[in-house]
Amino acid sequence: MEPDRQQTLARRNRRTALAAFGLVGGMVGLSFAAVPLYALFCRVTGFGGTPMIGSTPAPGAGQQTVTIRFNANTQPNLPWRFEAVQASQTLHVGEEGIAFYRARNTGTGPATGVSTYNVTPETVGRYFHKTACFCFEEQTLTPGQEVDMPLAFWIDPRIADDPNTRNIRTITVSYTFFRTMADAERSGALANAGPHVGRRDGLAPAAAPTATP
Amino acid sequence: MATAAHDAPHGSHDHHDHTPSFVNRWLFSTNHKDIGTLYIGFSLIAAIVGIGLSLLMRMELQQPGMQIFADGQMWNAYVSAHGLIMVFFVIMPALIGGFGNWFVPIMIGAPDMAFPRMNNISFWLLVPAFLMLGSSLFIGGGAGAGWTIYPPLSDDTYQSGPAMDMALFGLHLAGASSILGAANFITTIFNMRAPGMTLHKMPLFVWSMLVTAFLLLLAVPVLAGAITMLITDRNFGTAFFDPAGGGDPVLFQHLFWFFGHPEVYIMILPAFGIVSHVISTFSKKPIFGYLGMAYAMVAIGVVGFIVWAHHMYTSGMDVDTRAYFMAATMVIAVPTGIKIFSWIATMWGGSLTLNTPMLFAIGFIFLFTVGGVTGVVLANAGITQILHNTYYVVGHFHYVLSLGAVYGIYCGIYYWMGKMSGRQYDEKLGKIHFWLTFVGVNLTFFPMHFLGNQGMPRRYPDYPDAFWGWNLVASIGSYISVAAFLFFFYVLWHTLTKGAKAAANPWGEGATTLEWQVSSPPPFHTFDELPRIR
Repeated sequence: MEPDRQQTLARRNRRTALAAFGLVGGMVGLSFAAVPLYALFCRVTGFGGTPMIGSTPAPGAGQQTVTIRFNANTQPNLPWRFEAVQASQTLHVGEEGIAFYRARNTGTGPATGVSTYNVTPETVGRYFHKTACFCFEEQTLTPGQEVDMPLAFWIDPRIADDPNTRNIRTITVSYTFFRTMADAERSGALANAGPHVGRRDGLAPAAAPTATP
Repeated sequence: MATAAHDAPHGSHDHHDHTPSFVNRWLFSTNHKDIGTLYIGFSLIAAIVGIGLSLLMRMELQQPGMQIFADGQMWNAYVSAHGLIMVFFVIMPALIGGFGNWFVPIMIGAPDMAFPRMNNISFWLLVPAFLMLGSSLFIGGGAGAGWTIYPPLSDDTYQSGPAMDMALFGLHLAGASSILGAANFITTIFNMRAPGMTLHKMPLFVWSMLVTAFLLLLAVPVLAGAITMLITDRNFGTAFFDPAGGGDPVLFQHLFWFFGHPEVYIMILPAFGIVSHVISTFSKKPIFGYLGMAYAMVAIGVVGFIVWAHHMYTSGMDVDTRAYFMAATMVIAVPTGIKIFSWIATMWGGSLTLNTPMLFAIGFIFLFTVGGVTGVVLANAGITQILHNTYYVVGHFHYVLSLGAVYGIYCGIYYWMGKMSGRQYDEKLGKIHFWLTFVGVNLTFFPMHFLGNQGMPRRYPDYPDAFWGWNLVASIGSYISVAAFLFFFYVLWHTLTKGAKAAANPWGEGATTLEWQVSSPPPFHTFDELPRIR
């Protein structure tokens, strides 16, 4: 090959490779963009049982009745007793309901928790509206302190029109309280957790990794 | 060749068949054929480790109760290492780095890859990656989160030692190696084709490498992103996948499978390419439906990106989403069917010779079809509710990978052995190897379908007595497979020391691609004078 042709080729090669690496960079960017996009997608579509949150008032009672069951979970390293005050509630679609959860700090020091939530069946996420809730608000409880946390919600009457949801008579609302990562770190859980740097909670025994049965 | 300044990778050389010294040739190699040889050698060494791990696993599962593994974590660590080694350090290096480097430039009439030094770093990134992953087994409890490394199992709570971080960094390096390799292939195939070698005249193996390279370029960065998030979750207090900080572990599954599903096509497409050449050569006919074959691979690659959630049917998706992923998944059976039927149509009416590569190619078609059919079964969201994470799935993906992709590797090695080494394998030994492998792997993996249908879950070192029978059969099968693998090393040794000198084209009129027009082995520098394709 004459040097001339070779130089052109080298230039073309560089350009193609640059485009290829641009593609790679774009895909890495997209994979990180997936984090906020996925959260947004769930919030907008109710995907995965993500309830709708907002101050839209309840439109008024419709015909159908739905039973709402309340479920409460606590991450083991949060020294709280967290439970639903009422096991279930039956109400009409479009009617505003109020339920209470109760949390008590059973530990010896203050502990901060934060909750996540969802509803099942997951298809009803987009019809379950919360007008007031304690989701994603940090709660700090001093030892022995007890609080009642209200949850106001209503079910969109359109639940009866959607073929995927019209047969649903029972909806379970689930809250899980986690110790906030900052609080876990403050309370020394990090230091006690084990040899590995960055370990933040004492969920598993520090000794042997858990064995499968 | 003009000694232009940027032409110096092999040191200055005036006449072309000057071979550099050992260190220069193998450590600093920039020659595509030498790098291909390195890749194939590396893959064989990694295969010894990967197959050794699977042998231990089958010995454990031969009987109920715990035999050789201490606990579930150790079992999981071995299973994970087996999977990751086989995928990233055996199949991909052999098919892509090995045969790709060796034959893509020759088949398109290029003197070398577009970026010879980048080619070198692609290979040498793989070695530390393998060492990282391999040694993670011996650190703490190992990295026991499966090859899918789902959080929370892979987070710092459940895999607390540095072993998991080592495995993740190993994956990062392997990923970087693949990305560099893929960019190199794309540049080579787009820019370095000999005059007259249009895209629609390119051999199918080159097409398969082109599609594979694009899949790598689009899929691997997503894995890199996901494991970077995992690493920062584990070590720097972020919460991408930790609900305590507002993250979502299911997001990891989406990211992983957006990489993971194209990955399975990355492993199988090059084997498709090799099999196409072999079938055509030993039927003494051009491949049936060349363009259909090429674009079927493109279609498989494209559709492969929009079916990822069929790995996640039980993660709580609504029925409409599952219906979409089910339909999209089944669509892949169409281009795959085009390929299978075109191979059969190529053989139809051909003048067949059943040499060892042809046996492996026909074996590939049969076994890949079995794996494909169980794949269509598993594509059904309803059935997968029951079969998810059972041995049925294990049987399915070993049929397409362990029997599909690995047959592709054997097929390529026997087909090109004479070309690469200059010595031809012994036909009788090759056939013994084929039949031993065929019996062994089928005996190993076919019973897994029964076990899965009976409900045996994967990723457990122990099982109830009721599953004993077929597990024993599978273990015996695995011993035969390992014996076949050892026999393959004998075949290799026999070929390299006692094999007959190979002619430039030992296969006769059926072998029409450019590699058969150069000597065996090809000169150190091929195509200084570019060939002209009519």
